[in-house]
Amino acid sequence: MENIVIIGNGIAGVSAARHIRKLSDKRIIIISGETDYFFSRTALMYVYMGHMKFEHIQPYENWFWEKNRIELVRGYVTQVSPEEKQLTIDGSRAINYDKLIIATGSKPNKFGWPGQDLHGVQGLYSKQDLDLLEVNAPNKEVCKRAVIVGGGLIGIELAEMLRSRDIPVTFLVRENSFWNGVLPNGESQMINEHILEHHIDLRLGTNLKEIVADEKGRVKSVVIAETGEELSCDIVGLTAGVTPNIDFLKDSGIELGRGVKVNRFLETNVEDIYAIGDCAEQHESIGNRRPIEAVWYTGRMMGETVAQTICGNKIEYKPGHWFNSAKFLDIEYQTYGWVFSERGKKEYEKHFHWRHPQEKLCITVAFNKDNNQFLGLNTFGIRMRHQVFDRWLTEERDVDYVMEHLADANFDPEFYKNYELEIVSKFNNDFGKSINPKKKSIKRIFQFS
Amino acid sequence: MSTYDRSMALTGQPPKILSRNQKIATLIGMAGLMIILLTAFNVDFPNKGLWLSISLSAISAGTIWFAWDAYSQKLPGIKNDGVWFKSISSKGLWGWVAGIALTGFYIILYFYPEYLGLVKGGSNKGVIALFDPLSKLLSGNLASQWFVYGTLYTVAILAFGIKFLWKYRHNRYEKIRTMSVMFFQTAFAFIIPELMARLNGDKILNGGSLPYYDLKNVWPLNYYNFEGYRIKAFLSSGDIGFALLVFGILSVFVITPILTYKFGKRWYCSWVCGCGGLAETAGDSFRQLSDKTVKAWNVERWVVHSVVVFVTLMTTAVIYSYLGTDTSKYWLTKSTFLIGVAVLLTTVFAWVMLFKRQQLQKDAQYGAIGYFVIIMALIGIHFFSGDGNVFLFKSETLRKSYSFLIGSIFSGVIGTGFYPIFGNRVWCRFGCPMAAMMGFQQRLFSKFRITTNGGQCISCGNCSTYCEMGIDVRAYAQKGENIVRSSCVGCGICSAVCPRGVLKLENGPLEGRIDSNQVLLGNDVDLMTLVNKK
Repeated sequence: MENIVIIGNGIAGVSAARHIRKLSDKRIIIISGETDYFFSRTALMYVYMGHMKFEHIQPYENWFWEKNRIELVRGYVTQVSPEEKQLTIDGSRAINYDKLIIATGSKPNKFGWPGQDLHGVQGLYSKQDLDLLEVNAPNKEVCKRAVIVGGGLIGIELAEMLRSRDIPVTFLVRENSFWNGVLPNGESQMINEHILEHHIDLRLGTNLKEIVADEKGRVKSVVIAETGEELSCDIVGLTAGVTPNIDFLKDSGIELGRGVKVNRFLETNVEDIYAIGDCAEQHESIGNRRPIEAVWYTGRMMGETVAQTICGNKIEYKPGHWFNSAKFLDIEYQTYGWVFSERGKKEYEKHFHWRHPQEKLCITVAFNKDNNQFLGLNTFGIRMRHQVFDRWLTEERDVDYVMEHLADANFDPEFYKNYELEIVSKFNNDFGKSINPKKKSIKRIFQFS
Repeated sequence: MSTYDRSMALTGQPPKILSRNQKIATLIGMAGLMIILLTAFNVDFPNKGLWLSISLSAISAGTIWFAWDAYSQKLPGIKNDGVWFKSISSKGLWGWVAGIALTGFYIILYFYPEYLGLVKGGSNKGVIALFDPLSKLLSGNLASQWFVYGTLYTVAILAFGIKFLWKYRHNRYEKIRTMSVMFFQTAFAFIIPELMARLNGDKILNGGSLPYYDLKNVWPLNYYNFEGYRIKAFLSSGDIGFALLVFGILSVFVITPILTYKFGKRWYCSWVCGCGGLAETAGDSFRQLSDKTVKAWNVERWVVHSVVVFVTLMTTAVIYSYLGTDTSKYWLTKSTFLIGVAVLLTTVFAWVMLFKRQQLQKDAQYGAIGYFVIIMALIGIHFFSGDGNVFLFKSETLRKSYSFLIGSIFSGVIGTGFYPIFGNRVWCRFGCPMAAMMGFQQRLFSKFRITTNGGQCISCGNCSTYCEMGIDVRAYAQKGENIVRSSCVGCGICSAVCPRGVLKLENGPLEGRIDSNQVLLGNDVDLMTLVNKK
């Protein structure tokens, strides 16, 4: 019986295991140094905030693994020897494999700041980081101020977490507006305002110079590069992005770039070794996607794909239209298709932006100014239906069609106020059109006759 | 490793700390309860109307002020910070204290009303006497233990309803739904029946008197609606009485099925029902305590469907017992009735087996077959057994055991008393026969579903954690499947707490509603065909 070994029990590794089990009777072993059982990494924040206990963020009950004959091994893989088809766990135990799937995810970026390895300086990625946060910032008495470095998704989540315990937070963001490398200006501006509403001390266009230690080697303060200002604090959160967690593969002979290099079949340069999820790096980008995509659902999709290949049905990894979502404090964000920020905007890309005069709601629609083709949408505070946008992108609808049928895409709970009229009327105004928005049609949404 | 402490102290660190205002609010609410407690120990208040008003106002004001302080200073959004740190909402010491106190109250209410001051054949004392002025104002009669209960129940739904409205002020579905349960409790369950009692003996009722009737309470939730004494009362109260009886029958066989088809059982369970109303308002702090394991789901299915069988047998037996045998006196006789029941059950059973067989899981089919056989067998036995008893038992024995086991112990003592331990919908999930029957229809023949938004789910678990019915919502959402479960009461909280906008309660076409091969959007289409292959 073929022996499949998976390093990493995150969404990518676990998806691969589940689908291999669905398709075959192969022996499956998952190795993880982080936890005994699979959990949802994106939900770690809710454990600190008291919304859930750790057990709640584990999607499967503990009996699931034995019942599905998925063997779980706890330990860190320290070495991979492709010649012997063997792994070493924690420097001692050896495990043989016939096929190996690397799904080790990421680790927080550190950019060589002085003091970045002091006690009280940490990232937020793993279960261990969460446990460490409970030690570093259990309450506002022990942790009188927190400084967060890096204005991305994890940074704002960490800020929200600490605020839930009333800990004062200073948020250092290198860019001159929050996440504006990804978000267009209008949206980024709205999030800036919302961050301030939550009493977070947001410092835009601000870089970290160094982290200062006290006599015990604990963080005492940070110094800001631009002003030289010294801010005393008890914890520094480093949230300037993540990088593939692949140090243990350095001497293995597996080709590495920033991540583990893979082809479209998710194969590495070594036969019978595959890499999926955050740690995999495509030789060439797929469409507008980045070569490394540290996103929940791409990990899941790569797991499903590699399972097919391993079970004898070799197929390419072909992600469909780009989509994603996040939540900034109280504001939900969804994106379908491609909307680039001013910085990354394509020359053919034109934007339509609408923002509610009072509420924290806005959308941005990107379209091709040459042929009017709809390219993508960002939505804040209004939920939209994935299925409908996916269909419109596949059908290559033009932006006028999307505007006309915008009500079909609304996914807000029943009785919510709708804004299609306001949105379309602004669109008509901005571009001198006279589109008449159609009423929501169940028939069109569900495509039945 | 969790380092947060779980002491029962009301102080501590945010988010579980109580503000000074909240401490005062707690004190005011407790003072209101104290007045009632004092009357329980026969402290005689001189001006009962005044003291009752003070007591109920203090309870409401304390609750409302507490909530105002908790939510008014915060931006609209999800307010679950510290839920699992607080002793009361995480089965800590305060949770157990509250559970035991509530349970004790229900035991006294159902089985020892004399401790509340009920005096047989005399005037009230103690707690019940305190409520006399209000009862006289409404119905003109003295209070009973049920009036006391009804009043406190309504106060709880209103005060905690206001709390809920603030907590979810960003969510219009939740707001409208909550105003609906507050309205139905106050008007239909509390005021209208009391006012109806004023008509008793009036010539508009031909001198008859109506039974106490909460119009929104549908059989089998009010299992007693067709008992002999009530039928007599309905029939002796002129056209109005007759109309109410017809309404009672229509609400079971016509109104409920139509509304459940169109909207799912939520139209009742989380918009109208009083049990649901209390669970959604006063019980909201405990929704996360429901058990989500597969094991609990198995227990739930067996228990709740057994209650349905029990209530059907019991009601059939009771109606059977007071019907006559002579067709010339009245068309509905004992045997006509039994045959009618058998035909109805057979029709439903045949329809399910013929058209909906695929949609039922194996054990549900076994269950259906098993129970059907039992009912048919029991009815058969009747034809071979003597008069005076139906099936194997005396009908009265059956009625009494149902009323004791299900009506009192299950729905009251366990169902509400154990809110802080098992969650706020224990009764609705494990015990309510009405919920089970509507659930059966919701699963097989309704437009309602919770739609999963393509591939956006991140498996975080908020939906499952805050599902009061113990549905593992995430298990469906992370596969891109819609959630079509018989137990779903449509409270909408899964959708509210979802951080990624994945879930939407909606009514849509039956076609493709339970689509277990729902495409996980974002994936390559060819791959999805393969993944979905069984």
